Amino acid sequence: MKPSGRRLRSLLLVVGLSMFALTGCNSAKYMPVLSPQGPVARSEYYLIIWSFVLMLVVVLGVFVIYFYMLVKYRARPENKDYVPPEIEGNSRWETIWTVIPVIIVIALAIPTVAVTYKLVKPPKADAATGSTATAGASSNPIVIDVISERWKWVFKYPAQGIETVNYVNIPAGQPVDFELTSDGPMNTFWVPALGGMEFNMPGKDLKLWLEADHAGTYQGRSGQYSGRGFAAMTFDVNAQSPAAFSKWVQTIKQTKPPLTKQADKQLSTPGNVGKMAFSTAEPQ
Amino acid sequence: MGNFREWAMHFFMLDEGPLIWTSDVLIILATIGIIAVLSYFKLWKWLWDNWLTTVDHKKIGIMYLIAAILMLFRGGTDGLLLRAQLAWPNMHFLNADHYDQIFTTHGTIMILFMAMPAIIGFFNVAVPLQIGCRDVAFPYLNAISFWLFFAAAMLFNLSFVVGGSPDGGWTSYTPYVENAFDPGPGENYFLVALQITGIGTIATGVNFLVTILRMRAPGMTLMRMPMFTWSVFITSIIIVFAFPVLTVALALLLIDRDFGSHFFTVSAGGMPMQYVNLFWIWGHPEVYIVILPAFGIFSEVFSTFSRKRLFGYSAMVVSMVAIAILSFVVWVHHFFTMGAGPGVNSFFGVSTMAIAIPTGVKVFNWLFTMHKGRLEYTSAMLWAVGFIPNFLIGGLTGVMLAVPPADYQYHNSYFLVSHFHYVLIGGTVFGVFAALYYWWPKMFGVLLNERLGKWHFWLFMIGFNICFFPMYFLGFMGMTRRVYTYPAGYGWGVINLIETFGAVLMGIGFLVFAFNILWSARYGERDTTGDPWDARTLEWATTSPAPTYNFARIPEIKGRDAWWIMKKNGESINGPKDIPFEPIHMPNDSGRPIIMSLFFFIAGAGFVFEWWILAIIGLAGVLVTMALRSFEYDDHHYIPVEEIEKTEAAAGRL
Repeated sequence: MKPSGRRLRSLLLVVGLSMFALTGCNSAKYMPVLSPQGPVARSEYYLIIWSFVLMLVVVLGVFVIYFYMLVKYRARPENKDYVPPEIEGNSRWETIWTVIPVIIVIALAIPTVAVTYKLVKPPKADAATGSTATAGASSNPIVIDVISERWKWVFKYPAQGIETVNYVNIPAGQPVDFELTSDGPMNTFWVPALGGMEFNMPGKDLKLWLEADHAGTYQGRSGQYSGRGFAAMTFDVNAQSPAAFSKWVQTIKQTKPPLTKQADKQLSTPGNVGKMAFSTAEPQ
Repeated sequence: MGNFREWAMHFFMLDEGPLIWTSDVLIILATIGIIAVLSYFKLWKWLWDNWLTTVDHKKIGIMYLIAAILMLFRGGTDGLLLRAQLAWPNMHFLNADHYDQIFTTHGTIMILFMAMPAIIGFFNVAVPLQIGCRDVAFPYLNAISFWLFFAAAMLFNLSFVVGGSPDGGWTSYTPYVENAFDPGPGENYFLVALQITGIGTIATGVNFLVTILRMRAPGMTLMRMPMFTWSVFITSIIIVFAFPVLTVALALLLIDRDFGSHFFTVSAGGMPMQYVNLFWIWGHPEVYIVILPAFGIFSEVFSTFSRKRLFGYSAMVVSMVAIAILSFVVWVHHFFTMGAGPGVNSFFGVSTMAIAIPTGVKVFNWLFTMHKGRLEYTSAMLWAVGFIPNFLIGGLTGVMLAVPPADYQYHNSYFLVSHFHYVLIGGTVFGVFAALYYWWPKMFGVLLNERLGKWHFWLFMIGFNICFFPMYFLGFMGMTRRVYTYPAGYGWGVINLIETFGAVLMGIGFLVFAFNILWSARYGERDTTGDPWDARTLEWATTSPAPTYNFARIPEIKGRDAWWIMKKNGESINGPKDIPFEPIHMPNDSGRPIIMSLFFFIAGAGFVFEWWILAIIGLAGVLVTMALRSFEYDDHHYIPVEEIEKTEAAAGRL
């Protein structure tokens, strides 16, 4: 039968995906969504795996029935005179395949709702994060304002009084309250290794909680098309130990120029720029 | 003079490089070619009398389908251009502006100008025949619907070479598409073209709703209707409720852009997210508008080629009704990332998952239609059989996307891109191909070649999977949609190259299909029986192609699968021989719908370029053509009995 080639291919791809997902083999580098580096991404990852397992059960079930029907009941010269029976339906079977999806949906819906509510609160470092890198981290969240410009990312640290462009440093092991807004079209703020995205909307402040388990650099980008320079709207998230983070803030304050009105205006002019930092967050 | 030259260079985009120049040359050559062929063979009058002025649902259906296939070519070419640009990191085949315009036209054309006319084409081809009537309820309106769609499609395609295409994506999110960020005529093309075709679509929805409710043959109760007609009935209801929302959203945005209002702007109290909500209140039902008729097509095809009646008919109807209702309460799942709060996201997440339940019921009913059948793998059946696993993957990844926290990771990534191509291609496009092979003999009296059909299926289906399956992984790897290029080092390059190869295979599959059309027109097997598949529903009772009046005598319906019952009982579709035929009441052809659509086109161009005199001329023309229709009293005729007898005798049916 011809479909057997496809069956094999699908099977391999499915197994491949499960391997990637379950073992995380070398996926840290290339598959940030499947190798979460913080509590937010991790709870999203668990839901992805759970929904994938449920869907895999459905796929396998349907594929078995599907290939059975396709092979068993195909027209052959031997069954040329076979007249198929006219079957109206079968209420017992139809009930079964209505009830099973209902059960699956419930099994998926309960953790979904629980995690949806959980993610609006600051992440609590779970057991898996008990790493030395986070020793001494404060559980007090740090607030960072994220402004998407055409086409760059501006990060303001209101408490520290500094500003960075196209990169953001955060203390590892500490919840970060990203306050997202936009000075132009919408974008979404996405750091796949740390957690899912949310809109930067003009005239609104949306809160996105993220946290990194360990020190490290994580790729971020915009997920919402916003014009010509959108493809280059990437940024780095550098998670540092709290001590290193404090030191970095001091270095920025001492070595970088203050944000002038001119520099601020230039940031809101359409175009792409490299990484920048300023020792003040409000233009002077 | 210098100023004018500069303006013209920019307006006709002659400063945009070889892509545009090539298109210009091809458009001019094609136009000259069409005019030359029509003139040389003296076909202008034939074209006008038989096609451009027709109100016959069968011909309108064929015109819809020709347009849909042409638009599939255009949208597919767009897709191949996108794939070529993404094939490798740091490519410079297209620049950002061109890429942005092409992904916008690709999406818009595929949904509004390919999928919609394709399914509406099959509404026209099949529904009146399936329910045993002679035309739709409002044939004149039907012609207007088609010509509005056609005018809109032409206007939209014109944007490629005149003034520039829209570049806001097919979803056209505000505030990006407001004048402040996206000036120029491009976005206006999107708004005006969708508005014009949308009016036509609403009229189609009303038309088929009334046709199915009021014009069924005696004895055809609702629960005896073929499943495709049921799907069209439910789709029409969705159209009537969903499309007006699009009309409003587009109108408000056009007023923003043309007249400087602030419905969706950032400043002056506008609410950009309001547009996004309105768009998806239409947009989500819209995807069911294009998938439910495909479900109907698959139901017909599975049943015909399993040589069994459809399993679980009532459950099929109930599940479609459930999907239709749910389709209106899931729209927020397109933007869980808007921060609407956990209550809202939970509601829309769970309501979206719930759609899997009726859809699952349908899949099992199709599987059990095949149970104990005798499956013939014709080309039409191959598309139906191929649909199940591919749509299943698309549907189940849809359930994964319905989990809001997981969606924060999938949103706008290639995981999403893969998902919606699996449901739209694996569902709608496979359905359209199945229907083309299935109903082709009914439309043209010729069968498409089965051997070429199988090549078409395997090339396209394998290419489709090579192109789109790896995209799920690209999503996990952090690649977002609508990036025109990407740097090396993310590991995206090889996967994208493989996908481009798959896209090329799909393109080759399409060319095989195009060749099949030409080959079959010349050498294809003629269908003299009217029932080449030994099928079950009423459209196969009449000749292929059906006569103008469809049925010489309206048949009496005795059950589901009406034609199957007649065949089993040895009855003729024309009834007992001794009862004479009666003259048949038919609507007159009219040239006014195409003229009216020309005025819509002119008005549309006026709104696109903000040339108000042109807009006023166009709108005045629309009003005048409408008014003239009100004074038309001679709008029908009777086909005399002798002519019916002559036609039936020629078909060997007397």
